[in-house]
Amino acid sequence: MGKTFAEKVLARAAGVGETTAGMVVDVYPDLVMSHAASWRCIRTLEKLGVDRLYDPDRIAMVMDHTAPAHSAKTAADQKLCREFARAHGIRTFYDVEAGIAHVVLMENGHIRPGMVIIGTDSHSTIYGALGAAGTGVGFSEVTATWVAGYLWMRVPESIRIEIHGPLAWGTSAKDVMLKLIGEMGADGATYASVEFHGDYVAGLSVSERMTLCNLAMEMGAKFAFVPPDDVTRAYLAERGVTPDGYQEVQPDPDAVYAKTVALDGTSLSPQVACPHAVDNVQPIEAVAGTRVDQVFIGSCANAKYEDLAEAARILRGHHVAPGVRLIVTPASRGVLTRIVADGIFSALVEAGALITNPGCGACAGDGGVMADGEVTLSTANRNFQGRMGSYQASIYLASPAVAAATAIRGAIADPREFL
Amino acid sequence: MEVRGRCWKFGDNIPTDQIVRSDRALAPMEEIVRHVLETLNPAFAREVKPGDILVAGKHFGQSSGRAIAPKALRATGIGAVVVEYAARLFYRNCFEIGLPLLECPGITAGVEDGDVLAVDIAAGTIRNETRGRVFYARPVDPFLRRMLQAGGIIPLAAELAEE
Repeated sequence: MGKTFAEKVLARAAGVGETTAGMVVDVYPDLVMSHAASWRCIRTLEKLGVDRLYDPDRIAMVMDHTAPAHSAKTAADQKLCREFARAHGIRTFYDVEAGIAHVVLMENGHIRPGMVIIGTDSHSTIYGALGAAGTGVGFSEVTATWVAGYLWMRVPESIRIEIHGPLAWGTSAKDVMLKLIGEMGADGATYASVEFHGDYVAGLSVSERMTLCNLAMEMGAKFAFVPPDDVTRAYLAERGVTPDGYQEVQPDPDAVYAKTVALDGTSLSPQVACPHAVDNVQPIEAVAGTRVDQVFIGSCANAKYEDLAEAARILRGHHVAPGVRLIVTPASRGVLTRIVADGIFSALVEAGALITNPGCGACAGDGGVMADGEVTLSTANRNFQGRMGSYQASIYLASPAVAAATAIRGAIADPREFL
Repeated sequence: MEVRGRCWKFGDNIPTDQIVRSDRALAPMEEIVRHVLETLNPAFAREVKPGDILVAGKHFGQSSGRAIAPKALRATGIGAVVVEYAARLFYRNCFEIGLPLLECPGITAGVEDGDVLAVDIAAGTIRNETRGRVFYARPVDPFLRRMLQAGGIIPLAAELAEE
């Protein structure tokens, strides 16, 4: 009987011959990521009274959610993390200038095909963009894994999503995912490993694969996965990771899936998730004209280089509508460096954007939150009440192209009018 | 492992941001606990008593995986959370911090807010004393029951280290 990606990758990380969906195994993750919550892990470790870590080389820390610190408490938490990393020989430590943990780790060659990664962040499914199995866990569990080296995992059932392309003009991976989430529901893939297949996915950029795998969390997924191919290998090679440094895991052609879902991307239109749920999705035609106070281009879902380039392409020659705030928060220092080098930074500023330091920004309730009654159109991955400031504010989610068009109009707008 | 108390009933798809407002997540627990689920039922945090049972619908605890949500629920003194089914990360976090969670498809149709429930975690039974009905939850893995008995993964790790 054929095996899915999840069954194979967990068998390897658990050191057992084979696994089948439903089994519970002790898994040794290749990487344990903790972000802004790292200080909670350290405090928990102090309570446990243990100081010896299983393997400091399997630990990565990135200071992202509230960076740089804007309270003495956060500053002290970050200081604690810095000192802990130094004292325990944790070499994969990125400080407040680096950006969002997921993007930073992928851009810097820490994520490789076939790895199992746990992180203190629900969007850890993003690592599937490079053929790795990533999933979120709580901070106590990260602490326990720092010490024990393993944690329990139930081998998930898998859902196969077949996407037929090329995508319709004016749409992108974000529209694909919003469409899927709208159809399958916020719990449509709960506990499941979601595998993306089909001619659209083959040859797709790593940036767009990241958007697919990131948003899979919003269907409740445990893992997301895009089969590694030449695009994956080239992305890794650019970061000095050669094929002898990893082992790709591919699902068998006769693997058993809980279900298969097909999506035809050739007739897709831009999609918008409306307040206050990610699965409350409408085609752009249904919501165009809705007034906004703010547009946010940021988050691990859509603030990569390609996302900002797409926004700049639409914004060039235009200006942000009067009274509207356009806040751009690059996902990482790497992204910031690239947009400065090739003029995208200037184009965004000239169009009226406020560009913040790299990081999670407004998506984590940091700089760029809203007052009562305000409306933001955001490229992030969540629109629950209170996600960006006031519980009496509203968030719409869409692609970078929709965000750029909306900033120009001051109301939700179809990017195809500008392309 | 048996608890008995008043049923507090909530709906479907409740995100962790509604269990603990994100702008309160960094406050001390004494402060957080006074506001648990405030946007959905302001009476809950005021009136909940140790041993009460929280019942909710499908996909409870979706969205951000912050463990402060189950921690705050535990701090209210509730004896158990019984849901149609939980979001994956919330499920894990409950056991990790020692808050009993049962997944019981059909539970929301069989209980109303204010009913008196008796929950046996080990047996996985929920007895509605007000209406005289019994519900059977999905079994909890033995190693997760042990984690609950220890009070969560950190006390369990300490126990295991001593053995």
